Amino acid sequence: MCSSVIQVEVIIPTQTKYLDLIGSIGEHIAKELDGYSGDREALAYHLNLVLTEATVNAIKHAKFHDPKDTVRITIYIRENELNIKVYDHGQGFDLESVPLPDFDHPKEGGMGIFFIRTLMDSVTYTRQGDCNVLEIIKYLS
Amino acid sequence: MNLHLEKTNGCSVLFIKEERIDAHNAGELKETILRLIEQGEINIIIQLEHVRFIDSSGLGALLSGHKNAEAKSGRLAIANLQQQVLSMFELTRLNRIFDIYADLNEAFET
Repeated sequence: MCSSVIQVEVIIPTQTKYLDLIGSIGEHIAKELDGYSGDREALAYHLNLVLTEATVNAIKHAKFHDPKDTVRITIYIRENELNIKVYDHGQGFDLESVPLPDFDHPKEGGMGIFFIRTLMDSVTYTRQGDCNVLEIIKYLS
Repeated sequence: MNLHLEKTNGCSVLFIKEERIDAHNAGELKETILRLIEQGEINIIIQLEHVRFIDSSGLGALLSGHKNAEAKSGRLAIANLQQQVLSMFELTRLNRIFDIYADLNEAFET
């Protein structure tokens, strides 16, 4: 059980050079969590990966050709629930229609959502006002 | 992207001198590998000792290189993977597609 509350909000331009920053935040949070009894190194990698993939996804779906567009990422941890929300301002996509990778005939793309679904406990993608929100939940107990 | 290329034992060994391969630099890696293959360097080993993080774009860049080398009857292998990076190949079953070696010596022996 993790007793402390952590809340982080980051807003970045829609540029991939900020992926390292976002991933690193997840990695640091995993390493600093109070009372986490699981594999901390694995959790650190998984949060880095999931935040990276979710942010790439938001950048890809951002408003085309708008240099002022941003991606907002929030990370909230309370008790044993880690909640990540990634907001984009693009057209959105149908999360349910994203297929599983074909492991026997792998393709270059399409593994990002697979990573998020596999490593986390819940993933939804919904429209909220003028934003799309990819919400990811991981239970830490 | 910080890369270093060496020709050893008839292979092109591409050393990735980065801690991270993600959507920011994977395109450059993919282009570098494709250029090598176009130049006739179809036997390639990617040395990943320094890489402690890879995302789906990075895996995609390596997969692209693997497919293109294979299409020209060559091979692209990978070596010196850190444990967490190896676990990404296992999770995506790409460990069944790539030849993965503990180090360059093992890669050259095969």
